[in-house]
Amino acid sequence: MNHVKKECVAMLLAGGQGSRLYALTQNMAKPAVPYGGKYRIIDFPLSNCVNSGIDTVGVLTQYQPLVLNEYIGNGHPWGLDRVHGGVHVLPPYETASGKSWYTGTANAIYQNISFIDRYNPEYVAVLSGDHIYKMDYSKMLDYHKKKKAEATIAVLEVPWEEASRFGIMTADEEGTITEFAEKPKEPKSNLASMGVYIFTWATLKRHLIANENDEGATKDFGKNIIPAMLDEGSKLVAYHFDAYWKDVGTIDSLWEANMDCLDPNVPLDLYDPKWKIYSRNPVMPPHYAGPSSKIENSMVAEGCEIEGETDFSVLFDGVVIEEGATVRYSIVMPNTVVKKGAVIEYSIVGEECTIGENAHIGERPENVENRDEWGVAVVGNSINVSANAVIAPKAMISQDV
Amino acid sequence: MANMSNVLGLIFANMHELTITDLTKNRAMASVPFGARYRLIDFPLSNMVNSGISTVGIVTKSNYQSLLDHVGSGDEWDLSRKNGGLHFLPPYSNYVTGLYRGRLEALVGIQNFISQSHADYVIMSDCDCVANVDFKKIVDFHEEKGSDITVVFGKKEFTPEQTKTRTILKVDDNGEVLDVLVRPELSGAYDASMNMFVMSKEFVLKIINESSSRNLYSFEVDVLQHRLKEFKVFGYEFSGFYEQIDGIRAYYQANMSLMNRDVRKELFNLTDPIYTKVRDEAPAKYGLESSAKSCIIADGCIIEGTVENSVLFRGVKVGKGAVVKNCILMQNTEVGDKCELNYVIADKNVVIGNYRSIGGTIDYPVFVNKGSNV
Repeated sequence: MNHVKKECVAMLLAGGQGSRLYALTQNMAKPAVPYGGKYRIIDFPLSNCVNSGIDTVGVLTQYQPLVLNEYIGNGHPWGLDRVHGGVHVLPPYETASGKSWYTGTANAIYQNISFIDRYNPEYVAVLSGDHIYKMDYSKMLDYHKKKKAEATIAVLEVPWEEASRFGIMTADEEGTITEFAEKPKEPKSNLASMGVYIFTWATLKRHLIANENDEGATKDFGKNIIPAMLDEGSKLVAYHFDAYWKDVGTIDSLWEANMDCLDPNVPLDLYDPKWKIYSRNPVMPPHYAGPSSKIENSMVAEGCEIEGETDFSVLFDGVVIEEGATVRYSIVMPNTVVKKGAVIEYSIVGEECTIGENAHIGERPENVENRDEWGVAVVGNSINVSANAVIAPKAMISQDV
Repeated sequence: MANMSNVLGLIFANMHELTITDLTKNRAMASVPFGARYRLIDFPLSNMVNSGISTVGIVTKSNYQSLLDHVGSGDEWDLSRKNGGLHFLPPYSNYVTGLYRGRLEALVGIQNFISQSHADYVIMSDCDCVANVDFKKIVDFHEEKGSDITVVFGKKEFTPEQTKTRTILKVDDNGEVLDVLVRPELSGAYDASMNMFVMSKEFVLKIINESSSRNLYSFEVDVLQHRLKEFKVFGYEFSGFYEQIDGIRAYYQANMSLMNRDVRKELFNLTDPIYTKVRDEAPAKYGLESSAKSCIIADGCIIEGTVENSVLFRGVKVGKGAVVKNCILMQNTEVGDKCELNYVIADKNVVIGNYRSIGGTIDYPVFVNKGSNV
């Protein structure tokens, strides 16, 4: 087949289970988790690609791909339904040699070498599908070319005490990476990898093949590919990023990241017409605020019907808050109904739930004596919480109560 | 049972424009903004799609730039199809005819489009009615009655002012149309045409032929009224919610009717949704000490003041301490801090500076032109 050549193809790693999101990722991969009132996490890297001029994207899925497959569809919402390129969902597949599952991030790209080769690109961007950030990859690609690098890794400075949670880069004054350590116990630097890489394709391909042939390797970018490139003396450079970036891998960080949308001091502008975050829009009417509603400090998506109160909360499309119900410091995902008199505080409530009358979910930290017992309460997707039920802070509900 | 894939939809984009000249100065009737995120054409277009029609022609006359921008390739309505889909039909005029004068002449201009279609039936609709209509039921009715022309009508109380813009029917119990009055002055309960018609393709082509050779151009006068005895004309009563927009007051009322839960449920039901162009706006955001009561609010709004009994389109900003009551604020209107607005209809991209106060009344809302700086 004769494909039009692309300078840069993006490969989006979207197979992550997001196991620390528990109930929320029972039936969907982490990149499909709802965020910010109308988005799913994957909208951010996908929109970044489009806004950066990258029009060929492979999305690597593995864990619970149904929601993600349906969501991405033909890529039209992101303008990625293209004659040449566009978005392609790439699940693992069986070959003559019997291989099938993606056994690591590097293996996932390895198994799709032929997909990338069809576009004969100079460069490949490898992106994690797990983070909330707005980034112009074209600037990073310019930097990669200017530095004549084989690999460019986007990094941001993290607080020293958190550094051991990340892949940590040590770089010289020129930005050339001299050392890389995956989750080091004693970090030598606080430059953390954002999970955004640009590789010169020929070099990466060579390493992927070598890594695949190395029986002992874990087939992982951080553990194998990057160290091997450093050992070989390839030029790896760090690309500094200093805007908003958030990993939403845990309940607390997902809750915080949503609350960030409401904080005028957080530099994540979702209203910028020049860098829109695209998403599959539900076909819903505008939201309705009833005569008894009280809405402050909140994000409210289309299709919501609000007769009750909401403060410091993010309400996704189609959420109903009946009269006398209150939602505070919480995230309520699509089409959930909060019945009369119910109270939701410091909680994340999944999609399509029903919260019965006078039920009480979560608690404000001030009201909990032992702070260790406090945490964000989570109600999974499609759960019925019966009337008058009380759900303690930090609880994780994955079946009807 | 009618096979709806054999039905051709025709939407007349420019009819009834003179009833709301404020809003149609720079746009077609079809692209008049409505209900916080819609344009009037979204209703007939979505109704046709929801009824199973897959080929729709949009008949335009003038000012159709914003309409083109709105409907694009039709993909938001799932009308970007390999077979059929959306067809834009700009006016077809020559040195003899000039721009068309009425519905019949418009049909003459698109005669080829109609005759080349594989459809058995043609449904025609204007853009003045806000309603959720199942056209399939109307085509079934048309077949069942063996009708030549089926007119969709609604029963309402009218003032003479209102009937002056409408076609009033007299329909018997069997649904047969006995009399047609075009733009009369009447008061009381009447059956009024919703400007939606069903005919077979052959019948449409026949009346096009006969009319063009006699220099006739008004479908209502020259066909419905004058040839009523000659044809089998039936009226289909639409008993659901509808508002017909024939003036700025009606426009205001129709928008405000969305505050009624039953109206919203019927108009925006989940099985037959109303589609519109997607703008990829973030959800509406409320700030500190904001308040919204009895409001319809679209995505992309940023509300830092107080809004009551109002319709806010996409991207409207209401500044701190501002009080907005009984208003319709269209796309990207910016209301400055500490403003007071009451009964104001602001067209798109209006900027209202801080501390301004503008007020109208329920019967005479103040209209602010597109792009004005106040």
